[in-house]
Parts: sequence; C-alpha cells; structure tokens
Amino acid sequence: MTHLLEVRDLTIGLPQGADRPHAVDGISLHLDAGEILCIVGESGSGKSITANTIMGLLPRELPVLGGDILFEGERLLGLSAEALRSRRGRRMAMVFQEPMTALNPLMRVGDQIAEALAVHGRGGEARQKVPELLAAVNLPDPASIARMHPFRLSGGQRQRVMIAMALALEPALLIADEPTTALDVTTQMQILKLIREIQERRGMGVMFITHDFGVVAEIADRVAVMQYGRIVEQGPARDVLNAPQHPYTRALIAAVPHGRSTQGQAIRPAPVLEMKGVTKTYRRGGWFGAKVAVKAIHDADFVLNKGETLGLVGESGSGKSTLARCVVRLVEPEAGEILFHGEDLRPLSRQGWRPYRKRIQMVFQDPYASLNPRRKVGDAITEGPVAHGADPKEARRRAVELLELVKLDPSAIERYPHEFSGGQRQRIGLARALAMDPELLIADEPVSALDVSVQAQVLNLLAEIRQRLGLTLLFITHDLRVAAQICDRIAVMQRGAIVEQGPTASVFGAPRHGYTRALLDSIPGRSWTPPVSSELA
Amino acid sequence: MEVSKLPAYLAARLVKAAIVVLAIVICNFFLIHAAPGDPASIIAGQSGAADAKFLEQLRAQFGLDQPLYVQLWLYLKGVLTLDLGFSHRQQMPVSTLLWERLPATLLLTGSAFVFALVVGVSMGALAAKRVGTWWDSIITVLALVFYATPLFWVGLMLVLLFSVALEWLPSFGMASVGVELSGFQAALDVGRHLILPGLTLGLFYVAVYARLTRATMLEVADQDFVRTARAKGVPEGRIQRRHVLRNALLPIITFAGIQAGQVIGGSILVETVFAWPGIGRLAFDALLARDYQVLMGVFFCTSVMVVIFNLLTDLLYAIVDPRVEMAG
Repeated sequence: MTHLLEVRDLTIGLPQGADRPHAVDGISLHLDAGEILCIVGESGSGKSITANTIMGLLPRELPVLGGDILFEGERLLGLSAEALRSRRGRRMAMVFQEPMTALNPLMRVGDQIAEALAVHGRGGEARQKVPELLAAVNLPDPASIARMHPFRLSGGQRQRVMIAMALALEPALLIADEPTTALDVTTQMQILKLIREIQERRGMGVMFITHDFGVVAEIADRVAVMQYGRIVEQGPARDVLNAPQHPYTRALIAAVPHGRSTQGQAIRPAPVLEMKGVTKTYRRGGWFGAKVAVKAIHDADFVLNKGETLGLVGESGSGKSTLARCVVRLVEPEAGEILFHGEDLRPLSRQGWRPYRKRIQMVFQDPYASLNPRRKVGDAITEGPVAHGADPKEARRRAVELLELVKLDPSAIERYPHEFSGGQRQRIGLARALAMDPELLIADEPVSALDVSVQAQVLNLLAEIRQRLGLTLLFITHDLRVAAQICDRIAVMQRGAIVEQGPTASVFGAPRHGYTRALLDSIPGRSWTPPVSSELA
Repeated sequence: MEVSKLPAYLAARLVKAAIVVLAIVICNFFLIHAAPGDPASIIAGQSGAADAKFLEQLRAQFGLDQPLYVQLWLYLKGVLTLDLGFSHRQQMPVSTLLWERLPATLLLTGSAFVFALVVGVSMGALAAKRVGTWWDSIITVLALVFYATPLFWVGLMLVLLFSVALEWLPSFGMASVGVELSGFQAALDVGRHLILPGLTLGLFYVAVYARLTRATMLEVADQDFVRTARAKGVPEGRIQRRHVLRNALLPIITFAGIQAGQVIGGSILVETVFAWPGIGRLAFDALLARDYQVLMGVFFCTSVMVVIFNLLTDLLYAIVDPRVEMAG
C-alpha cells in the first residue's frame, strides 16, 4: 500500500565550509494516516531541515542533492513553486516552535486564520469557520479571541491559534516542529493532548519533531532518531523507548533527567541565606491612565542552609528569577529582609554591598547572551577578581585552574566566546562565577537552553563542583525532572508566592499543594521509566 | 490600542505639548535677546535720523527700555492671544505675514513630502524584493548618491540642467511674472515652478526612505511569521504586501513624522535658492534685517508644527501597531 508520506534516500547539501557536507544524509522514513511519527534529535541533527524540505520551505542555500519525497502518491520534489504553494496549508500544514513570533503582530488572529482559508479560495467560509476552529483548539470565547491581536495572548494560546490555523483546511499531514519546547510544562501537556486528540478525531498523519524523550513517550506511535543528518534508529515507540539499539539512542535516553534524587545526606541547619517577607511590586501607569500593580513577589520566605541545594521551581512569570535577582540586587524589593549569615543585605548602600558581591555569584540562563562577545574568555573570568583587588597574574593562573575544573582546555583562556558551543559557554559562565570564590551560587535556569546530552554533562559538573567546593546553591528551573535530580529541597513558586517547600523526595512523592500536583502530572512521559543501561550512565 | 483610552491620552499629551511650546517660546525669546545688535538703532539707521533722542523715543515706543522680564511677560501674553507682535520693517502684524507665506511653504514641503514618501518606499520595496539583482544595486547606489549630495548643490545642478541648458522649467519664483493666467493654466504654471524646488527638497528623503524601507523589509522577511504565512500557502506577492511591507512601515512612520515636523522650518535653503515666497525665505530675510519679531514668529510656528506632528506620529503609530500602549 502507499503511505501518506514517504521519504526515500533524501540527501540535502550544506553550504561550503560547514562542519559536514550534508545537512541530511540519505534518510528514509514513512508516515501513514492516523499515525504520529516522532523525529528525535539534538540541535543541528537535521530534523527541522527534513520537515522544511517536505513543506517546500527550504532556503536556497540548502540544495536537495538526491532522493525523493512522495506525498499522497505524488512526487513533491518535482513540483513547481505554485503547485507546492497550493498544497501548503491545504494538504499539509506546519506548526512552529516559537509561538511568540510565529504570528503576524499587526494582524488580528481571526484574520490570520481567515487568510489561510482565503488564499485557497475558501474565504467565504471564514466567518463561520474561524470561531469553530478556535473552539476546536479549546480556546475560550472564540469570537472575542478572533478579534484580538497576538500580543494579547499567552504563549500557549498563541500555539493553539497556530494549530487552529494549520487545521483550517483539514490537511492530511501536520508537521509540528518542537511545538511545545517554548511552553511551560502544564501548557505543554495541554498542547500535547490537544494534538493527540485532534489527530485521532481527524485521522491525520502527524510528524512531530522534538528533542525530548519525555514528549516522545507521551505522544509517539513510531520514533526516528536522528544524529548528524542520519537516521540512526527507527521503530515503534515502545521498542525504541524501552529497548534502544543504537548507542546514540541509548546515550540520549540515559541523559534524560530521570527525576531520581541522587543526594541523601542530612543537612545541618546553618542558615546562609534567609528571605523574610520580601516583596516586589511592579507599577505602571502615568498621570491619567489607570495604575497597574503586579505583585511579582510576596509570601516567598525560605531558608538556605550551608552546603544545601534549594530548587526554586515554577513556570514562567512565577517570580522565581525575580526572587533570585533580589538576592544579588539586580532587582530591588520594596520590603522584607534578605539575611546573609544573619546580616540584612537590603538596606545596604552600594558601597556596603561590595564585600558581598564576591561571596554571592550568579550563573545565567542564556549561554549566548551572558558573555561579552568582544572579550576573551580569560578576561571575562579574571575581570571580577581583578576588580576586587586581586593580582592580575594570580587571577589568570587561577582562571586556568578553573577552566580545568569545569573540564575545558586551558587554551580557552585566549579565545573568544563565539568559538564555543552552548554547553562550553555555560561552563565558562560557571568558571566566571567560581573565580570569585563564592559561598553562595545562584544558578538561574543554567541548563534550559542546552541539548539533553549537554544538559546532563553540565548538571553532573555542577553537582561535582558543589561537592568539592562545599558550595551552597540556589538552583532555579522550570524543569521538575532537573530539579529532582540536583536539589536537596524544593520550593514551588506560583504567581509570586512559594506555595510548597520541603525535601525533594517528599515534595515529589507526596505533594500537598494542588499546583505542585498539577506540575508533576504535566511532566511529559511520567508513566515511562527510562531503561537504566549499565554501560551508559 | 483601545479607543476608550484615546480622550484621556490626548488630553495628557496636549497638556505636555503646551508646556513644551511654552518652554520653546521662552528659550527663543532669550536666544534672540542674546544676539548682538540693537533693533532700535537699525530702524533708526534705516530711517536716516539717528540722534540719541530719536533712539530713546524708538525704544520707548517698542518697549525696548523695559526690563527684560517685563518684555518677556508682554511677549508671552501676546503669544497666548496669538498676537505675535508687529514687524516694523514690513509695517504689518507678524501673524498676517506668516499667514500670507504659509500656503506657499506648505505647497512646496507638502509635495516634497508626498513625493519622497511614495518614491522612496516604492524604491526600497522594489530593492528588497529583488535583493541581490541589478535592480537592487541601481537603487542602492542612487539612494547613496542622493543621501550624500548637499541640497543646495543638487538644486543648482537641477537649475543648470533643466532651466539653463534644456530650458524646460523655470528656475525661480512661484508663478510666471507678467502674464495673467486663470484657473487650470495658473495651477499648471505653479506646478511647473514647483518641480525643481520640490525635487531638490525631496531627493534627500527619497534616499532616506529607500534605504530604510529596504533594510527593514529584508529584516522583516526573515521573521517567523513570514515563514508561517508561507507555510499556510500565501502567494509570494501577498506575503510581501500584507506581511512584510506592513510590518516594515513602522520605522518609516517614525521617520516620516520627523520629516513632517520640518515642513515649515526645513526649507530655508531651498526657498532661498529658488526664490520661493514661503516662510523659509521670510525667516532668511528677517534674519538679515534683524526683524526679530518676525524671526520669533517663525520659530514659534515651526516649533508648534514639530510638536503637533510628533503627537500625530505617536497617534498613528498606536493605531497601526496594536502593541503600542498609550501612556500619557
């Protein structure tokens, strides 16, 4: 029988000077109606390029060098631009990763969905169909949502609009390129369920691209694992997840944060940091407009003991980063006490703060934005100590040591940040923070911008360094699996308040607050326990 | 933006605008009074009788013997009642003078504005659509030439080419002298006079808009929502018009607002080169004659225009871009 979609020996070139000759190298796969095929791989594995080739959206710099794509029995690669255009949106549709930028900011969302109908000659149905579609993706009050501009909607709502738009003409094939990666866990779970439900109802074929094996466990019928432009393993989801054959698949699955706590030692109560009644409110509004006050932080007291790792967990906008930034005074709260070894940091002057800068350091989320591109790595690491009066030569010697500690080559000291990958840059950020010999390290989503395998390496490194240097760590993350792996205690934040805190095992094992339970229920693939492979851990 | 917020927003902005204009008027006043040269002695010199008694009399007549703060107070009172003073050189109230010259200036700068906007944006859009082809190269080079050449030189060269060498177009004034024309003929005559100064004034902005449009369209073309439009099967032409150009217009609106603010004051050079009887030339003549009342009147008029167009730009921006919050 013919498949809905069949890719045969597809090879796509890369421009001269790239790290490999082919973006996609002789891949073959197929997809039937009513089936969800997950393509899994890390960044740069060629999974998005494959999807864009099927849609005919490949940039000119990437030529198709060989192979065939058959869709509904037709060869797509031979079709004219116009023939492809008329199939896009009508027979095959695509949902992208970034819901925040994927919609035209100046057009009402209803008009954008109507446009999809109009360009395929069915504009007349728009008035009736747009609200139906918005209702079908479970958006409340479809009529008023249709009249809104994208900026009024949250990321999850925008992704629903994107899905509604993709479904407008009832395509036979839906390609979803990391559609939930930019979303919070609870929203991610809702969108996954939605895609599954719609796919079952309409019998579409779905090609779902992801890097997250948890998501695969949640949604896939079949899986294809990609590495360096090749498919290294392909098969039914159950087999690939539970009995992976290829070493790369096994490595990827081993790197999935497993949510099993590794720490067990008892912490003596010796408070390093204590937050009491810290409040931060953002106000907006001028002379005539109505004033808006957003309580970014309230009721968020916690104590962090020496040598302990406290995980601050919550979704975007929960105030976890703001709270951490209050500690290092990147944000100034209007009330409360920030006690560091019993001394309140909040009322201190800039000058009074200076000695504490050394003792409290921070690692940031975005490894690309948090290093100055025009400064050598060595300068970035030594800048802090030198500013605090260290001897430049001594600081450089120490920088070399630190680079070794974070498992980078000492020659890195003379190189610029752009020469490093995301994971390496995050290590540099860590070395920079450690250069100050801090007692307290605040890590704000240090691994969320990284691929899973790199993420696992950085987490292991962090755990190891923490042990060796006896650091106290405040670890901020949205990923509960990561938190479970590295934290001794967990504090769950929602809308500016800590709603539950306690030892990791009890928060995860017996959550008391409804929101914590909702978060735990949303962990993708929670019913799947990754196989523990002894040779790869 | 929500329409319900508009009145409150407008009220807040108008109050601020009034304060800004008042501050400008006061600055102008002191600036003019800091300039060397005594208006009384110039008037006296021109009327031929320059003895000390006559000077005293003139000063008393114009209030120049009063302390500075009294003069400022009198001037401010005048401005608030739209009385901009009296030009003793022209023997006319300043406001009458400005009103007489205003239409000529608005015609010149208005047509230059429309010309620049239409031609510039079209050129930029074409260059962006055909990026990398010879269309793109020609437009980019032309824009660079217009951008880099000084205004007065462009004006003189245009005169040399079209008036002196080819004798196609008149080189100065706003209408032919010594002929009585009516209706359509008269309009056509003004139109022919308008071409050269209009081109001179507009070419620089053509270059600015072309460059700005090209750069912004290329930037917008790379954004995710354009890919979304392509993925839903929108034809290429419609993508360019409805998705790329519309979003690329935002910075152009900002710049058009700046240009529009200069419609009155920005044409002194061109009006002088082409002997165009507008406010720019009035300002130039007033400066040479130390006719300070007129000069302050022109300053007042220009600053009000800038403030008004700033306000209009912000309003337009808020209407075009729904994300802009109106904060007073």
